[in-house]
Order: sequence, then C-alpha cells, then structure tokens
Amino acid sequence: MDWINAIVQGTLLGGLYALFAAGLSLIFGVMRLVNIAHGDLIVLAAYLGLTVTAALSMNPFVALILVVPLMAGFGYVLQRGVLNWTLGDDILPPLLVTFGLSVIIQNALLEGYSADPQKLNAGAIEVASANIGGLAVGYLPLVMFLTAVLVVAVLQWIFYATALGRAFRAVSDNQDIAQLMGLNRRHVFGLAMALSLAVTAIAGIFLGVRTSFDPATGPARLIFGFEAVIIGGLGNLWGTLAGGVILGVAQSIGAQINPGWQILSGHIAFLIILAVRPRGLFPRMDG
Amino acid sequence: MSVVDTHRVFRVTTASRIASVLGLLLLLALAAAPWWMGRADLRLLGEIYLYLSLAMLWNLLAGYAGLVSVGQQAYVGLGGYVLFALTIFGGLHPFTAIGLSVVIGAIVAIPVAALIFRLRGAYFAIGTWVIAEVFRLGFAQVSALGGGSGISLPVDVVRSLADGRDAREATSYWLTLGCAAAVMAIAYLFLRSRNGLALTAIRDNELAASSLGIDIWRSKFVVYVVVGGLTTFVGSLIFLQKLRISPDAAFSVNDWTAYVIFIVVIGGIGSLEGPIIGTVAFFLLRETLADLGSIYLIVLGAIAIAVMLVAPKGLWGLVQDLTGLRLFPLGYRVEPKQSRKE
Repeated sequence: MDWINAIVQGTLLGGLYALFAAGLSLIFGVMRLVNIAHGDLIVLAAYLGLTVTAALSMNPFVALILVVPLMAGFGYVLQRGVLNWTLGDDILPPLLVTFGLSVIIQNALLEGYSADPQKLNAGAIEVASANIGGLAVGYLPLVMFLTAVLVVAVLQWIFYATALGRAFRAVSDNQDIAQLMGLNRRHVFGLAMALSLAVTAIAGIFLGVRTSFDPATGPARLIFGFEAVIIGGLGNLWGTLAGGVILGVAQSIGAQINPGWQILSGHIAFLIILAVRPRGLFPRMDG
Repeated sequence: MSVVDTHRVFRVTTASRIASVLGLLLLLALAAAPWWMGRADLRLLGEIYLYLSLAMLWNLLAGYAGLVSVGQQAYVGLGGYVLFALTIFGGLHPFTAIGLSVVIGAIVAIPVAALIFRLRGAYFAIGTWVIAEVFRLGFAQVSALGGGSGISLPVDVVRSLADGRDAREATSYWLTLGCAAAVMAIAYLFLRSRNGLALTAIRDNELAASSLGIDIWRSKFVVYVVVGGLTTFVGSLIFLQKLRISPDAAFSVNDWTAYVIFIVVIGGIGSLEGPIIGTVAFFLLRETLADLGSIYLIVLGAIAIAVMLVAPKGLWGLVQDLTGLRLFPLGYRVEPKQSRKE
C-alpha cells in the first residue's frame, strides 16, 4: 500500500513539475531559447504572490488575477528589451544572458525579501484530503495536477487552434519566411515569452502554497522542469506532462526507500532515460 | 610568381615576443612572492591563480569547443573530495593525492561525456548541472566524508605538507602558481596542436570543419575529458587551501561556475588573453565592491549581460579590434612582403 501511495502522490507532484516545465517547453518550441532564469522567474512569481496576498490580504489563488498579468507583462518587456537581441545562430548569448539574469533575480530577491524562507497561506485546502480507496489524496495536490492538465490543454489549443498559435508555429518553422508573410517575429517572440511567464506565475503560486521557498530555490525548479521536458521529448507538451509525472513518481519512490534519496533518484531516473532514449519518450522535434 | 613569393606567413609578432618575455619575468617575480609579500596577500594571489585556472579551462570548453557547461563545479568538488578521501583513508601524501586527482577526474569525465553529449546546446548546459547535482547529493550521502555537514582536513595531513606555518603557506602558494602556469601552458600548447587546430576550426564554423574531415564528436570529447581532469586538479588545490569541505561548498554553482563564466565573458570568450583580463577585472571589482554583498552580484550579472549584448568578445575583443594586438602566437597571419619590383 505504501508503494501505491508513493506512486499516486508522485503522479500528483508530477503535475507541479509539468507546470514548471510547460513554460520552458513553450519558448524552446517557438524560438529555441532555453531560459536559464526560468526557475528564478518561478520563485519571483511566488514572491510577487506573497506581496500581493500580504498587501491586499487575499487568498493566493485569487492573487493569480494580478500575478499572471504582471508576470506576462514582464515577460513581454524582457523579451523585447533584452532577449530578442541575443537570438541568432550562436547559442552562447541567450545562454549567458539568461544566466546573468538568473543571478540578478536571485540577488535582487535576497536584497528585497532577505534569505528567510517564506510561504503562501491558502487556508484549509492545504491540509484537506479525500479518502479514495484507502488512500488519503490531498485536495491541493489534486488541484495542482488538474491545473497542470488544464494548462497543457489550453496551451495545446492555443498552439493548434488559434491565430496566435499559427504565428508561433510559423516563426518556429522558419523565422525569415514568417517575417516575409507579415508576422513581426519580435512581437511574436514577446507574446510567447509573455505566455510562458503567465504559466510560470501559476507554477510559482502553487510552489509557494505547497512548500516554503527562498531566493536560492530557483535553480532546482529549473532543473526539475528541464528534466520533465527532456524525459517527455522536445516540442511535445503532453510529453512534458508525462515527463513531469515520471519525475515525480521517481522522486516519491526514492523517498519511500530513503528520505535522503528523493531528489537524487529523480536525477538518476532522468539520466537512465537519457541513456536509453536520448530524445526522450515522445519527441516531436530535434534539439 | 606564386603567392609564397609575394606574401609572408607568420605566427610570432613583436607584441607576442615582448609579452612572452614580460610574462616570464612576471612569473619569476610572482614565484619569489613568499619572500616579499604578507600572508594575506599570498592567500589572495593564490585564489586569483585558481580562478584564472578555472577560467582558462572553462574558456577551452565554451569558447573553443562550444560546450557551454554550467556544471564544472562537479569536477571542482570531486577534486576536493578526492584530496580528502585519499589523504584521510588512503594515507597518501597530499602531493600524491593532488597528482592522482587529474587521472580520477579524467576517468570520471569519460562516462559523463558519453551520457551528456546526447544533449545539444543549451540543454547540454543544464545536463551538466544535473550531473553536478548528482555528485553533490551523492557525496552528501557518504557519512565517512562527513555527509551533508562536511569534514576538515586532519592536522597531521596538513603538517605533512611542509615544516612550519610559513613554509606551508609558501608551498600552498607555489602549488597554486604552478597550477595556473601549467594550465595556461597546457591550454596554449593544446590549441597549437592538431587537436587544437581542429577545435579552432570548429569554433569558427562547425559545418565547414566537419566537411574538412574533422571528427567533431571526438574533438569535443577529448577537450571535455582533458578539461574535466584538470578542473578536478584545480578543485583539489582549492580545498587544500580551504582545509574544509562540505557538499554545498564543494559543488556550489555560484562559486565555481557563475563567477568563472562572468570572468570569461567580461574578459573575452574564445581567446587565451580574455580569461587573464577577466580575472584581473573580476578581482578588481570584488576588492572594491565586495562590501555591497548581494548588490555586488547584481552589478556583476548586469555587467556580464551588457558585455554579451554590446561587445560579445569582451574587453580583450575591444582591445584587439582597436589595436590588432595578440599576446599568444596562436593563429597564422599573412602579410604582403615589402615590394621588390625592379
């Protein structure tokens, strides 16, 4: 029973990892950009949630109404102001610029909020659970997982059923021709980053409600998100969700064996999949 | 008349001759530092040499082989733990342990490379980070090495370095100076070798290089393994200086990778002079701004972003564009001979 429990809890945790990963997967798909600051942006969103909930004394999930547009706006400005200038054939500039951004965000948060761990308080939902077939399933992990499914479904719909998604796919296939067809790729990239950071805002709020966070927790979130993307296969959002679930299950099984092995066993599962299936489980594009 | 008659091909320039003479004189003066410098200055210089070594090595990976790693702390920490484990449990002399760390680092780098070379570009970068995390979490599980809280180098191991505190400080200083000199010499000779030529070709254009018959995977693999071994060596010296190791300090991404990346980017990536200039700039900034704490890191990050956007070849690139100066004779130059029309 302990093992079934570990698998169920791990699956639900995988929803959070898929939320970490979805934004990363999205911008890689559109502009081949890997954002090293992604984890720090998740933590930034959590701190933004903290400020909004403290200032307006509202529930963190209600605070999403403010945090999502704020992060999306920041993403658009960041892309048009900085990141667009780094895109090109050379992979070094975007990598190093987002790395510098990661250090800046971490230390700015340290300066603004101190190194003390913080937490978002969502009230009774944090501890409430339902008894399903003898397993205690928390409402919060369940909501987290369903949100991840919903987010992936919405992103999938945007990508394949809207004009914006057509623009994303066009610049992804061929930037120059998309530009010739009247798309402003700088604007499209800005919108892609805005959408990515909107998802990041949701991920940040769930992170803050689920565990405590401090300015240095970003890089680990980046790594979990990255592992989910690679396990699932590049360019496949449903694959990313599956990757998050595999990572979550690996971690909770590791923790079941020895609490010290939780994170380590997630990494090892990732490395094994990389060794056996270098392109991930359900790849749609090449890195 | 063929081109050979009218043009001259050369590597060594007057500037590079002067630079090599000045460099040797500087090396001699620095080698004599224990006789004319205080203990605190020696320690600072030692730290500078070790960062210079790390920057040179990371530059070989990222600047020449296009392997942008953000996980070199895996090898720094490994070197530290190899030193501690071999001296404490193996009973080896620290010098032997430091020498062996090169071999162990290179051996570890082989399977790591085989695995993470499956990832491309930026995903390769994060893959190297995962490896470093695996090392950190793995060493935290080894209770004989202090687990998560760390371990100190026993007094008798430290004493076996040399008799007396001054002699020990001097020995440790010479080790760091020797390390920086050796890394620089190896990087220079490596770039002048066949493999280095292949690497420079890959840096300039991967597609063209492979169409000339260069085995790109193999060239990158060799660099990764050599750099892995040498980074482990630098790591063992870093923790010989610190005398204490813990997983968080040993595998710190900020200390052993972020700073090193800033040094290379600010100095100029893809040149041998860049890491030297960058190390000087980094320590000048640190000595003047370090009191600001986290603001210092924000400034550093902003400078690195600005350099990458405005002058991607760094400070050295600016100097080179303005003057054409080259201190290391690496590439060949072609110049028309003096006109001899009669």
